[in-house]
Amino acid sequence: MAVVKWTMAQFLFEADLQGLLKLDTPIPNAPPARWQRKAKESGPGPSPLGVSPMKPANRSHSSSKTPSKTPGKSGSKIQSTPTRAGGDRYIPNRSTMQMDMASFLLTKENDPAEESPTKKEQQKAWAVNLNGFDVEEAKILRLSGKPQYAPEGYQNNLKVLYSQKMTPGSSRKNSRYVPSMPDRILDAPEIRNDYYLNLIDWSSRNFLAVALDNSVYLWNDVSGEIIQLLQIEHPDVYVSSLSWIKEGNYLAVGTSNAEVQLWDVQQQKRLRNMTSHCARVGSLSWNSYILSSGARTGHIHHHDVRVAEHHVATLAGHTQEVCGLEWSLDGRYLASGGNDNLVNVWPCAQGGSGDISPVQTFTQHQGAVKAVAWCPWQMNVLATGGGTSDRHIRIWNVCSGACLSSVDAHSQVCSILWSTNYKEFISGHGFAQNQLVIWKYPSMTKIAELQGHTARILNLTMSPDGTTVASAAADETLRLWRCFEMDPIKKKEKEKANSAKPSIIHQSIR
Amino acid sequence: MAQNQLGREHQGITLRGSAELVAEFFSYGINSILYQRGIYPPETFTRVQKYGLTLLVTTDSELTNYLNNVTEQMKEWLYKCIVQRLVVVISSIENNEVLERWQFDIECDKTAKDDNGPREKSQKAIQDEIRSVIRQITATVTFLPLLESACAFDLLIYTDKDLAVPEKWEESGPQFITNSEEVRLRSFTTTIHKVNTMVAYKRDSVP
Repeated sequence: MAVVKWTMAQFLFEADLQGLLKLDTPIPNAPPARWQRKAKESGPGPSPLGVSPMKPANRSHSSSKTPSKTPGKSGSKIQSTPTRAGGDRYIPNRSTMQMDMASFLLTKENDPAEESPTKKEQQKAWAVNLNGFDVEEAKILRLSGKPQYAPEGYQNNLKVLYSQKMTPGSSRKNSRYVPSMPDRILDAPEIRNDYYLNLIDWSSRNFLAVALDNSVYLWNDVSGEIIQLLQIEHPDVYVSSLSWIKEGNYLAVGTSNAEVQLWDVQQQKRLRNMTSHCARVGSLSWNSYILSSGARTGHIHHHDVRVAEHHVATLAGHTQEVCGLEWSLDGRYLASGGNDNLVNVWPCAQGGSGDISPVQTFTQHQGAVKAVAWCPWQMNVLATGGGTSDRHIRIWNVCSGACLSSVDAHSQVCSILWSTNYKEFISGHGFAQNQLVIWKYPSMTKIAELQGHTARILNLTMSPDGTTVASAAADETLRLWRCFEMDPIKKKEKEKANSAKPSIIHQSIR
Repeated sequence: MAQNQLGREHQGITLRGSAELVAEFFSYGINSILYQRGIYPPETFTRVQKYGLTLLVTTDSELTNYLNNVTEQMKEWLYKCIVQRLVVVISSIENNEVLERWQFDIECDKTAKDDNGPREKSQKAIQDEIRSVIRQITATVTFLPLLESACAFDLLIYTDKDLAVPEKWEESGPQFITNSEEVRLRSFTTTIHKVNTMVAYKRDSVP
């Protein structure tokens, strides 16, 4: 059952704070902690007095002391694992304890001499050790009056959220046909299942670049050929982000050892290796000749790839990993989303005087924001999606700072892409359905749901003609969905409107 | 104790200011827990800006009153440095089984009671620390087991033994969880009060 699997996979004793911050990666199962094993083998220890979590009836029997002494008789000892913050924490095994406590209570009046003063001192010392303060001396109070209950008939909606099998489809008939099966499925072995990375990108010359652990492969949609562009030789270093330059001949590669590399795809050669970060580079975005990179430290660096001193600016607006990064299509704003749940919108400021601060900061998301996408047909409109703790998609106007709309997607949002062919956008999700959802904008109604992935989707990218969306997922596949296929008539009109733009960069990069 | 003002950035942290900060944190922290764990319907919560975050607080008047009582009492006890722990117990309504237990340990620097000058720590630094803790509370939803049945919550406060029990409060047991898993979250300190956060939840008996 889906619910059981989820809880099983997620529950674990984890005292490591770093691990706690990484919300969206799976927690591997660990062997039972030392305290667990000890508790099993040696039985009773300090126990709360006469408490099953029952209400007033029990409390009248308990004294005002919370006991920390183990029963003096019966030879049981206090467990010898002293508590330290974050280390082995002794957790009493209550079911066995109650009996000993009960017998202790019944008989303690008969032989008070049992406890020598030194033993008392020792036990007191252990009590302070274990509890952090002298629990003997503490009183536990509870605000009386019943704790407030939620209104009748209220069902904890998280249960619905995490156990739903199918979201109810939109009631309106789809006005266009969206194929429910992917056009093509590609194998992506060893793809890293890390929410915070951006491992696929599709170039304007129709090459889909995919990072599989420490290698980058290029797949051509038309010819079907696969090229291995690079493989990092450094042991344990992996590729953490990819981004094609607009012209499609250079690929920026971010690595886990804080490098930003620039590769010439035609010659399959590395042109530059730009080091300025001190932690892995999880996100990249191009604005003409400026490449912006976001790192695990929360810093965003601007690199001018034409000059030797490439690091031209630093934006410090996040305190945790920058996982979403995108320049607006007109190059005026840079939107960044981080693991600190913030979305920052930065201006394209020229000149290096002073610190650049964001023109907007959005704090409404309750989870990491990796999905960041600018609307191609409306200026200053930005879509963002939150991680597991948030699950909402929000649309913003970055000039006014207003949240234009917000919708609960019921699932971790990893990526959002706006369609250039229709007034729609598509979002990629994780647990429980690992689906892609196409939404109509601005009505925010679901048009279609594309199922097929058997593990959470990690990234989405769109083909240069705007008809196909590629999704990379933790199930080690890439699926290509032909969901934005244009009507042939409309297509002709669109092609007339487009014109080839000259590229400046060709002559500049050495 | 003559100082009655809330510690401001340029003035440093006073004992009273620290007590207010911590009590306020508890108020928002408890609201966040109630929202994230789904104890109350999410529609009954509204968004407010605090600590540079968007937090959710309840609009239910009864609940607000209940929490305000606790906050006010906590302020006083924190000021007197006689409270050691605040616990939010989440238990199932049907069988009263404790499913989750949020424990906030408070370490109070008792020397602050003497009439020393205010401590040096900027409000901003404290806010940043509090923000991290609240974010972690929000993030716990990724690993805490689902609360399947309808739940109610209870607030327990560990105080010094010789404290006179005020009106509206009664004595209680600690309401531990049988067979629990524990996770320790970040802590924050105002230099006078240090708060450690920890959540314990019922370990599933699923193989």
